[in-house]
Amino acid sequence: MSRFTRFAAMAAALLIGGQALAADPVKVGFVYVGPVGDHGWSYEHDQARKQLEAHFGDKVKTAFVENVAEGADSERVINQFAQQGFDLVFTTSFGFMNPTLKVAKRFPKVKFEHATGYKRTDNVGTYAARFYEGRAVIGTIAGHMTKSNVIGYIAPFPIPEVMRGINAFTIALRAVNPKAEVKVIWTNSWYDPGREREAAETLIAQGADILSQHTDSPAPVQVAQEKGVLAFGQASDMSRFGPDAHLTAIVDDWAPYYTARVQAVIDGTWKPADTWGGFDSGMVVMAPYNDRIPADVLAAAEQMEDAIRTGKHHPFQGPITNQAGEVMVKDGETLGDDKLLSMDWYVQGVQGRLPN
Amino acid sequence: MIPETDALAALLVAMMRAATPLAFAALGELITEKSGVLNLGVEGMMVMGAVSAFMVVVATGNPALAMLAAAVVGLLMAALFGALTLGLLTNQVATGLALTIFGIGLSAFIGQGYVGTPIEPLARLSIPGLSTLPLIGPVLFGHDAMVYLSLAAAFGLWWFLTRTRAGLVLRAVGENPAAAHSIGYPVRLIRFGAVLFGGAMCGLGGAYLSLAYTPMWVEEMTAGRGWIALALVVFATWKPGRVLLGAYLFGGVTIVQLHIQGAGVAVPSQVLSMLPYLATILVLVLISRDATRIRLNAPASIGKTFHPGG
Repeated sequence: MSRFTRFAAMAAALLIGGQALAADPVKVGFVYVGPVGDHGWSYEHDQARKQLEAHFGDKVKTAFVENVAEGADSERVINQFAQQGFDLVFTTSFGFMNPTLKVAKRFPKVKFEHATGYKRTDNVGTYAARFYEGRAVIGTIAGHMTKSNVIGYIAPFPIPEVMRGINAFTIALRAVNPKAEVKVIWTNSWYDPGREREAAETLIAQGADILSQHTDSPAPVQVAQEKGVLAFGQASDMSRFGPDAHLTAIVDDWAPYYTARVQAVIDGTWKPADTWGGFDSGMVVMAPYNDRIPADVLAAAEQMEDAIRTGKHHPFQGPITNQAGEVMVKDGETLGDDKLLSMDWYVQGVQGRLPN
Repeated sequence: MIPETDALAALLVAMMRAATPLAFAALGELITEKSGVLNLGVEGMMVMGAVSAFMVVVATGNPALAMLAAAVVGLLMAALFGALTLGLLTNQVATGLALTIFGIGLSAFIGQGYVGTPIEPLARLSIPGLSTLPLIGPVLFGHDAMVYLSLAAAFGLWWFLTRTRAGLVLRAVGENPAAAHSIGYPVRLIRFGAVLFGGAMCGLGGAYLSLAYTPMWVEEMTAGRGWIALALVVFATWKPGRVLLGAYLFGGVTIVQLHIQGAGVAVPSQVLSMLPYLATILVLVLISRDATRIRLNAPASIGKTFHPGG
């Protein structure tokens, strides 16, 4: 191509720039708190990102940054996406909330979606999964399958999201087996295989025969396999770390949501919304059940899943009492979303005091 | 057996296991720093050691070969650092940080296909009659080889630094490279050797994580232990014995606080999580509160580049 034709082509491109823009792929950015290889939380977001690319083909271009520390560091990363002309940015950890809002203010044309947060503006929407619905299912299984009546629970930070999980699990556990109790160990980290392993070993040494976790590494499942106890995976199917121990896992499936939101951007109908989906929306799914779960227990688990999906049962359905024995939810009532989102108390059946 | 001694033994064994990766890395960094070089790439070298040990044990099933591979890979990472900081006189802090970031990224990349692969954890010592004794059996005679190796390394390095001529030369290079150079010691070569040794030890620390402590490979499985090792060296005032003490204290309090939580004691878990750091710093600061002695132990030229021509 001669210099002139190249120049002409460039000029033409500039002239028809408006039209060219319409055919430009929608650029979607993802900010992850952990490595995509954590085989937990960030992994599932990245799986959904890949499905997004497969679904839209060249209509969408995605990019991600992994291992972004919560706080000031994340602001830099989010800002980078906005500056590079991304149309939609998903920030996928609670701690990215304020940085997302700050950047959103600077770039009013860029659309942001923040996972698990509660602050929204004209260009920031929030989304989360009703993960606790899955906890009710695994609580049911645990109630049937525990022999020692001690369940170990490895938890990262005492935030409402984690509290909901512990409580939903315990309520379902005790509905089946009123004698069972839950022991909680806080690791104060979302991802530290070593510490999660130690926590799992401690819980087993203290009598737990089933482990549940809200932390992201597969180490506890591996410990359960070694010690011959049972475990539930977190956020993705962790059965390959403990084929005998792993009963099931609660899995986030973000793909339907991401697809819908990107479609809205393409259609020009995107509006900031507050989405909180559970089994019914397909955002929360159960990993394949282990064959060692007896048929009647499996039936009870599936029945629970079904009842929640169809709205016949709510994991926080009264009567619910807290540790001190006070009635928090009366018989016949269910806990509202506002109360769920600010939960800072343990239900009866959880051992120990809540750190505060 | 009596359940209390059983529980105590389990606690002590867990403590030693938690401390071993820290001990390896911190002892290695101690030698590097004694020669006057500050290598902040500990985390990166550890995580590379972890992934390479895991890959080798998957391929060959030979844990000794895996440990060797981890040491060699740690050494190669350190060689890169040494070539840059000692050869090209780059800034040690920046180069070390880059080495950590590089190690985390590279290990994640080469380890991709190994996530979830099962391995046989490192075999534990089992001496008939001894390993089954209550309490002292599991604590003294029930560990894997690497725990004993880390203890031997601490003793060996103490002996090397304080009782040998070579140790004296190493310290001289760290104290005053110009003086050591003027009396004919190859300062940069000695420093390079110290950096390589540090890298190999960090690689072994990482290998302990993926072979014994959490026998699996997942990205960033070191989870900040390299930084704790770095801090231990300083708080232990560059003394091998104290590094080991610090590592055991840190490991011990980490384990104890988990047990306290599991037992349902009403202490906020955030405070308990701080405890390992607080206790370790407190104890090491108390036993080395003599400021003059700290100054004597701290390598005077640490972090500064040295060029024989300069």
